[in-house]
Amino acid sequence: MSAPRSITWPSLFTALMYAFMYFPIIVLGVYSFNDSRYSASWEGFSLRWYRALFSDRRLLSALQDSLTIAIVAVAVSAVLGTLMAIGLARYRFRGKGLYRGVSYLPLIVPDIAIAVATLVFLASMAIPLSLGTIIAAHMVFCLAYIAVVVASRLQRLDPNLEEAALDLGATPTQALIKVLIPQLAPGILAGCLLAFVLSMDDLLISSFTAGGGANPLPIEIFSRVRTGVKPDINALSVVLILGSALLAGLAEYVRYRGDRQRQL
Amino acid sequence: MTPVPSPLRPWADRFAPRRWLGPVALLGPGGVWLLLLLVLPTLLILEISLVPGLRLGQPSGGYGLGNYLQILQPVYLRVIGRSLAFALGSTVLCLLLGFPVAYWLALMSPQRWRNLLLVGFILPLWTSSLLRAYAWAAILRPSGVLNTILTAVGLPTQNWLNTPTAVFIGLTYSFLPYMVLILYASLEKLDTRLLEAAADLGATPSQGFWKITVPQTLPGIAAGCLLVFISTLGDFVVPTLLGGASSMNISRLIYNQFLGPTRAWGFGSALSMVLILAVSLAIALLLRYGDKRSVSET
Repeated sequence: MSAPRSITWPSLFTALMYAFMYFPIIVLGVYSFNDSRYSASWEGFSLRWYRALFSDRRLLSALQDSLTIAIVAVAVSAVLGTLMAIGLARYRFRGKGLYRGVSYLPLIVPDIAIAVATLVFLASMAIPLSLGTIIAAHMVFCLAYIAVVVASRLQRLDPNLEEAALDLGATPTQALIKVLIPQLAPGILAGCLLAFVLSMDDLLISSFTAGGGANPLPIEIFSRVRTGVKPDINALSVVLILGSALLAGLAEYVRYRGDRQRQL
Repeated sequence: MTPVPSPLRPWADRFAPRRWLGPVALLGPGGVWLLLLLVLPTLLILEISLVPGLRLGQPSGGYGLGNYLQILQPVYLRVIGRSLAFALGSTVLCLLLGFPVAYWLALMSPQRWRNLLLVGFILPLWTSSLLRAYAWAAILRPSGVLNTILTAVGLPTQNWLNTPTAVFIGLTYSFLPYMVLILYASLEKLDTRLLEAAADLGATPSQGFWKITVPQTLPGIAAGCLLVFISTLGDFVVPTLLGGASSMNISRLIYNQFLGPTRAWGFGSALSMVLILAVSLAIALLLRYGDKRSVSET
């Protein structure tokens, strides 16, 4: 191995790539404080876009829609996805490979295909589009992601603890709730955070299942930015990026704690 | 794909009198949901794709392959070709840019900071993909950041936005972290003693790299490339916000059949099936040649 402290071309190149990854985010951040509406040149520090943002009723109600969708979809999916992961680890049955394959589909199939299929299905059942149909559609990918994350945690657990609980007279349900679920908690939480971020970020599936009844944030942002650059969207980006950074930090902390727990 | 861990058996045995209850309670609700809102709808668009000329609110004729034959028209073949070119090009770019980063992170970065550095690289993934594409629009537009910088240093400006170049930049930017993550998982497992042995036997570093490092990480490279290929093939946001009218790709075309002015559901469903087929083909390749473990770890 080469000396770690010497400056080599891969380290220089990597530094350049870090700059590439953060450049657009920094640009959004800087321009959210720029007084100018149209120009990319700096015309003085201003908080006007933040003021515009927080008095923008339409945007705030879109944020509320998005949060409602994400929280409900993730909460329900947390239960269903965790049960799925436990069931897949625990039982052998005919068609298990197929079941597992189907549970991976939302991770692989492009959003546009899922969105189209859901719309056609809802239309053929004559189900009116609303906030509820968005939640139902989001649950599909939320529960798939949560099941995958929980399954990877489950795989690395010590099965002896649960067995010990059963030997000591716990019922299977008690063993599940008091022993297995607490051990899985970091995995469940990490899965929920991932699903939450994906739900908040989803444009296509929401667009196809929203109808006129709901207007989640990505749809609102998309309809504004496709016609040009909007400084108040810069300010919104900064607020959302800070929110996601907080969630990402939380997720990494949970993972770090989970890893340490396993090592002990 | 994990085998059933045997120590969990006692749990199932306690349920023996009601053997079906456990599996149904655990696997039933999620399974029903996926069946109802994923499997059934997909079968439905397969059916609809076989009804030529189906439009919203119109009585349909019989089954036929008309929608699929329509895809064979040159104008639509060009859209499919463009989608493939976007996906292939950005996959190659992600590999070329991502490999050195993953290499440095896995083998050369200070051990103490390694995890933090890796997390730092993939952190932008947590932010909205829509806003990241929008940020590139702000950089690349005619009066944008890039041209301002170019003017400042005395270079000629250019319109970058609404060109294929902008789409390649946006796609590469969006999916580079995934590539790095998968390559990192693969490079981390590289047995560096092989490189030392090669060096002791007189191999140059570049021989060691091409004859040991690359072949050893080939499954990871394949997995990363296929994952990026699949994701970029079906991407909608980047081509729409950065590519403009000239960058119509398959997902934008599908979008237009349903939410745009045309409303040709049958044709849109056929395009969807073609996209699903292309992705399935890539997945089959991934399962055959790729490093499944490094994908599932990420």
